Amino acid sequence: MQLKPAKLVNILFILFFAVVLPVGNMLGWVSINSISLWGRYCCFAIAALGIDLIWGYTGIMSMCQAFFFCLGGYCIGMHLLLKATALQGQALPDFMTWNDITVLPAFWQPFHGLVPAVVLALLVPAAVAFIIGYFIFKSRIKGVYMAIITQALALSMYLLFLRNETNLGGTNGLTGFKNLLGFDLYKPHVKLGLYLVTLAMLCLSYWACYKMVHSKFGKVLQAIRDSEARVGFTAYRVLHYKLAAFVMAAMLGGLAGMLYVPQTGIITPGRMDVRASVEMLMWVALGGRGNLKGAVIGALLVNCVYSYFTSVFPQGWLFILGLLYILTVLYFDKGFLGLLEKIGAGIGIKTNPERYATGSK
Amino acid sequence: MLLEVNDLAVAFGGVQALHLQHFQLEEQELRVIIGPNGAGKSTFMDILCGKTQPDTGAILFNGHDLTGLTAVQIAELGIGRKFQQPSVFPGLTVFENMWLATRMKKDVFSALFRKMPAGCKEKIEAMAERVGLAAALHRPAGALSHGQKQWLEIAIVVLQDPRLLLIDEPAAGMSDQEAEKTGELLLELSRQHSVIVIEHDMHFVKQIANRLVSVLVNGKLLTEGPFETVKNDQRVIDCYLGRANAQLEKL
Repeated sequence: MQLKPAKLVNILFILFFAVVLPVGNMLGWVSINSISLWGRYCCFAIAALGIDLIWGYTGIMSMCQAFFFCLGGYCIGMHLLLKATALQGQALPDFMTWNDITVLPAFWQPFHGLVPAVVLALLVPAAVAFIIGYFIFKSRIKGVYMAIITQALALSMYLLFLRNETNLGGTNGLTGFKNLLGFDLYKPHVKLGLYLVTLAMLCLSYWACYKMVHSKFGKVLQAIRDSEARVGFTAYRVLHYKLAAFVMAAMLGGLAGMLYVPQTGIITPGRMDVRASVEMLMWVALGGRGNLKGAVIGALLVNCVYSYFTSVFPQGWLFILGLLYILTVLYFDKGFLGLLEKIGAGIGIKTNPERYATGSK
Repeated sequence: MLLEVNDLAVAFGGVQALHLQHFQLEEQELRVIIGPNGAGKSTFMDILCGKTQPDTGAILFNGHDLTGLTAVQIAELGIGRKFQQPSVFPGLTVFENMWLATRMKKDVFSALFRKMPAGCKEKIEAMAERVGLAAALHRPAGALSHGQKQWLEIAIVVLQDPRLLLIDEPAAGMSDQEAEKTGELLLELSRQHSVIVIEHDMHFVKQIANRLVSVLVNGKLLTEGPFETVKNDQRVIDCYLGRANAQLEKL
């Protein structure tokens, strides 16, 4: 049986991350910190899939993905913090005591249980995206205005989360987590487990997105990107499709944040500032927009390079990111994957990739 | 009576773009609208398909009042529009373009989970055959020639299976043979659908005008009648055909 290159890449990807890395860890070749780092990158890749859905396929530049990421992160963070507080025999998290809060705020109540916390980590971003998206798309805001409004939203939410009155830990965010479902978050095998769960969720998200963009739904999204008016005259309710894409992107962001927080042990408003969202867009642009693999590879690769450069050349990272971005825009608009294909075609490897979903810019 | 329009008016920034006292269309009628640039022909179609809202007037389509409806609602009632500038989805293949257009449930849920209905593929292939795009079925629509895009857009509109097709300048950018083929296609379509065609090419109008031709000038209906009558109408010659008379004399 002959394997298609696209399938081969998938298998190699899973083999490397699901087998080689964990086995390497057990044999002592790969440190648990590297594993945990890759786990975090996988979270970023899930968030990047969401961006690819809304930006790469639908052509809507959403600059608040990091906000949805943090909503998911805060939801699970609240649960972890409540558990840690209970473990120490306290009634309230420390930061609340410092702020003279005597009763746990009502909106913290549902987060005592893990199941409600997980459900809310997906539903809260979805609900926020639905409400905001409804008004944005209903008023036919698009293009650069959409980018500005979502950016303003990210900024205002950042400022809101910074305040102590919001009761979410202010500038310091939520930290001091101890365990999840009774497992100590700092034990190596728990870290490995979290990594594997994240990897599984990444594969699941990729598969779901793949199914979605290859269904008729995905074709309508691409049609909206190409010619929104024509979609309307073809009797599709553009608002519904845009909303659905925006909500799904937000849920992917929430899922990513939810998986991210137990692995890092902290969530602060710094994760949701405008720069964080812009960086997420850059991962997708650098990896290859309008191509799901591009989003995943972009997120993994950029973060890899990031952690390398910040250790050897701390001041230079933003310059390198900027340079990479300019090169991408100028010379390979299909990103890293597009470049690989070009090289492959140049040396005669027939990759026969799936057709790029990049029509108009 | 499929379509009845009364006292329809729209102005853009003080300019009266269209003021149509009365216009009506029968079932399975093919109507050609001609007129000089800026006569309000495309504006009329824009209003019929919901792209532009009229200032005053009533449009009755198959018993429904169209004023105030959105483009999607009008499309659902059964009006399909082909634009003057071909508007297809360049990033999708010809097949996908036609697939999206084909009449079926078009809500988000069905698009996500429903399989392609039985017979849909055959229908698309047959349509591609009919408009000469069978060989290009899996090419991106953006790579088609201008004439092929025109045909693709006609195919898109026909696959929606509307009661009324609004076709804006179908022969523009086509060679004579291509235009003739398009004319045959439109005549064939008018056996099952009502069609309104805007066209400048008089050869083409002569080919397809099997009943009435309406002449719009300055947003108003100048005259309406069979092609031969309209062609020889002195007012039509004066304000529209004047310079193109040489073209007419050849007919």
